[in-house]
Amino acid sequence: MEENKYLKDIQDIKEMMSKSTQFISLSGLSGILAGGYALVGAVYASFLINTYEYTYITLESKTFKQILCTAFIVLFLSLGTAYYLTVKKANKLGEKVWNTASKRVLINFAIPLVTGGIFALLLVRQQNFVLIAPVTLLFYGLACVNASKYTFRDVRYLGITQIILGLLAVEFTGYGLLLWILGFGIAHILYGSIMYYKYDRK
Amino acid sequence: MKNIIQNINKAFDHRIRLGIMSVLMVNESADFSTLKELLGVTDGNLASHAKALESEAYIIVEKQFIGRKPNTSYIATKEGKKAFQDHIEALEKLISKT
Repeated sequence: MEENKYLKDIQDIKEMMSKSTQFISLSGLSGILAGGYALVGAVYASFLINTYEYTYITLESKTFKQILCTAFIVLFLSLGTAYYLTVKKANKLGEKVWNTASKRVLINFAIPLVTGGIFALLLVRQQNFVLIAPVTLLFYGLACVNASKYTFRDVRYLGITQIILGLLAVEFTGYGLLLWILGFGIAHILYGSIMYYKYDRK
Repeated sequence: MKNIIQNINKAFDHRIRLGIMSVLMVNESADFSTLKELLGVTDGNLASHAKALESEAYIIVEKQFIGRKPNTSYIATKEGKKAFQDHIEALEKLISKT
């Protein structure tokens, strides 16, 4: 009898420690969908680039504006889906969406991501398009690694994958879009599926 | 065996006190509402158990105002962390004995 009580105590301690530091309502399905949006966006972008192959892409050109617009639509769709599905999962698990752990995830994710976003926009302003794919991949990867301390471990591996792809994109500049597809599209779908099967399907 | 039992700390021999200490071991501090939500207890219950830990000097209570709202947060002391660590080790030994 006594032993069972001690064992229960240890289990309670472990549960409280992880529950108070980790946000577990992050939805795997939202990763899969974000990957899907990114793939559609990238296919559309490459279609735009190929259509206007013989014109230079400059800040004022229609192609550039369309590509930028596509990127923002993909970003907002992904964030919106992630938010919606996470709130839904939190309600199901009885976890509050806006708690200490989720605030930590968000702030630690936002710092590298916003830095990278500003960096990318400054590169655009200087018409330095070559580095945009690697910069977005690298900073997104760092954001994932940074936020992963406060949520599922898998987010860390997703981040490391993005960082490796980002570094490759610096070296092989011609393959920027391909590596971008691998990172934001395929990697999201892959890790999203892993997380979905590990945590969501219960 | 006797030694191990001595390390089992009576102050932690309750689910709520155990919970409060677990949270404070891994967080710099936790405020009243966060603890309440995590542990799923009532105001009065949490306050009285926190008081018990405070009187053992295992945690300190910080009261301040955020705007007009009073905000109470709890922080584990060095002694509290040490005592809790010993308690966990004693529990582990007792389990591995059987």
